[in-house]
Amino acid sequence: MSLSQAFFAIVVRDLLLAFRRRAEAANPLLFFVLAVTLFPLAVGAQPHLLQAIAPGVIWVAALLAALLSLESLFRSDFEDGSLEQLLLCPHALPVLILGKISAHWLVTGAPLLVVAPLLALFLGLPQQAMATLWLSLLLGTPLLSLIGAIGVALTVGLRRGGMILSLLVLPLYVPVLIFASSAVDRAAGGLPAAAQLDVLAAMLFFGVVLAPLPAAAALRMSVN
Amino acid sequence: MSAGLTASDLSCRRDERDLFAGLSFSVRPGQVLLLEGGNGCGKTTLLRILCGLRAPDGGSLSWDGAPAPNSDYLAQMAYVGHADGSKKELTALENLRFAQALAAPGAYTLEQALARVQLAGFDDNPVQTLSAGQKRRLSLARLLVCAKRLWILDEPFTALDRRGVALIESLIVAHVAQGGLAVLTSHQDINLPQVDLQRIFLDQCH
Amino acid sequence: MAFFPASWTRFFHQTASPPYFYALASKLSPWLGGICLALLAAGLYGGLYLAPPDYQQGDSYRIIYVHVPAAWMSLFVYVLMAVMGGIALIWRMKLAEVMLISSAPIGAGFTFIALVTGSLWGKPMWGAWWVWDARLTSELILLFLYLGVISLYGAIEDKRNAARAVSILALVGVVNIPIIHYSVEWWNTLHQGPTVTKLDKPSIHISMLTPLLLMALAFKFYYALAVLQNAKLELLRRESGAQWVKNLLGAKT
Repeated sequence: MSLSQAFFAIVVRDLLLAFRRRAEAANPLLFFVLAVTLFPLAVGAQPHLLQAIAPGVIWVAALLAALLSLESLFRSDFEDGSLEQLLLCPHALPVLILGKISAHWLVTGAPLLVVAPLLALFLGLPQQAMATLWLSLLLGTPLLSLIGAIGVALTVGLRRGGMILSLLVLPLYVPVLIFASSAVDRAAGGLPAAAQLDVLAAMLFFGVVLAPLPAAAALRMSVN
Repeated sequence: MSAGLTASDLSCRRDERDLFAGLSFSVRPGQVLLLEGGNGCGKTTLLRILCGLRAPDGGSLSWDGAPAPNSDYLAQMAYVGHADGSKKELTALENLRFAQALAAPGAYTLEQALARVQLAGFDDNPVQTLSAGQKRRLSLARLLVCAKRLWILDEPFTALDRRGVALIESLIVAHVAQGGLAVLTSHQDINLPQVDLQRIFLDQCH
Repeated sequence: MAFFPASWTRFFHQTASPPYFYALASKLSPWLGGICLALLAAGLYGGLYLAPPDYQQGDSYRIIYVHVPAAWMSLFVYVLMAVMGGIALIWRMKLAEVMLISSAPIGAGFTFIALVTGSLWGKPMWGAWWVWDARLTSELILLFLYLGVISLYGAIEDKRNAARAVSILALVGVVNIPIIHYSVEWWNTLHQGPTVTKLDKPSIHISMLTPLLLMALAFKFYYALAVLQNAKLELLRRESGAQWVKNLLGAKT
């Protein structure tokens, strides 16, 4: 079978698996909503304050939700031996991993795009920033899955890899966080945010091309 | 050029001791290699080196005369390890279909393969509802739906009853009769009539 | 490796063989230590005594003689770790793995010193112990990267595997460091925070610059000394079953 067929077979299988484990797959989304809800309770419900912190709050919550969902990327495959089978595939491993990352993003990242505008509304983010928020999530959340894949691939063999995973991955998320939240921030202030979105798009491009390579090397190490 | 799998001077160290060293053998089409030895002697490690999941600390492998593992080798080699490699939320049929999507289709269709390993009628059962022996047979059914010349099987008979063992033995006999190769480990005595059987005893441990 | 002359390859393999390296490191250590102390003495004398006080900051600027070399070393060591990681992954050279993991705690130490001295410097300058200045923030993230390397290595039991893992991580980190650095810098200008980057201007007087460079060299030698000591220990730990280690320990007891 060809590489593209293998790629799509992986995407379809992982989506089907996520569908069979619906309850588990919904967790990151619920976490995202809950985390955002906590902020008005913690800092007070003054509209101007919430409006000022809205871009940062939404993006930090998205980051943590992504972190929470990362383990599911390779953990169950590692435990039941599917990962070994994937590694023994005659196809290019980075491409197959990209398939897994795509499915992971569709399950955990894409739903954030749907609820984020609603949460932004709760926090009083101005209407004119909605499109930018949505675009920043569209470009940024796949990056979270891509970078995160490297971290999970490195720690999947560890029994208690969760803490280390956040230590490995969060520093690498810093540029995404900076550019994405500042894009939304600028849009909320009525300023153009195209430059920030361009940088995010460029990072996404490089992420798609480069991130699967170390992830593949790390998976080989983890299975060893 | 020599057809089949050749290992020359393989060595592997773990925790500062040699699991094995200077191990050389070759498996030709139609042959079965049985690895024997007690627990912790490196049987599983050797199998994982043979399929390329682990790099040897010394020595080399070749497949049909070319250095292995290359993509040609991976395309023709199937590995069934301790873990079944099936997703428990998917049905038997879905698991097989996925396995086939990653390889070239073999001589059996999905339904035929399930029938051959006596899982007919379990097509739509999620794997988590199957017994350990049934899961084992499902993972061996993967070998039938993909076109693979070399089977590398780690303890293929665990969790199987006597009929299951006989079934797998007959699959191996049929496979090598058609020019296939197999490398396996087993704790049990196995019965492979009219098969060119090689044995390697790993005994350097302790 | 056909593009290297055979004599080079032989040289590398000989130097990289654990017993040879161990002996070489033992021989070099006193020299490195001596040079480091001499440079340190000269640099401190020049920096604390000879150099004039700054016309704006008075004497408090003198902390740069520790802060700036430490900050330079923190980056330098990480880049070196990534180079070692590349060598370890491509040529599977055991010594590169050992050097990589031996460097990590030292690099983290330099980063920590840079952070502490930076924040000490911040108190008289800005009246606060911590300011979200671009350099300090980058330095903080760098510290997290170091801690990631150290804890990943500690968490993986099989040490050859662990070395591969941290090699990959160091390479990923080194690709990301410039991106993190520039995004933090950009973030900082956006929010108009204070800046310590005064020193980047070439206007610094020669009597202040010379001690700074001496200190930077002293830090380099200190690093070389410390990494060799760490690497020797790590080699003994890894090769504890090997004959040369038995000979060595047998000779001493």
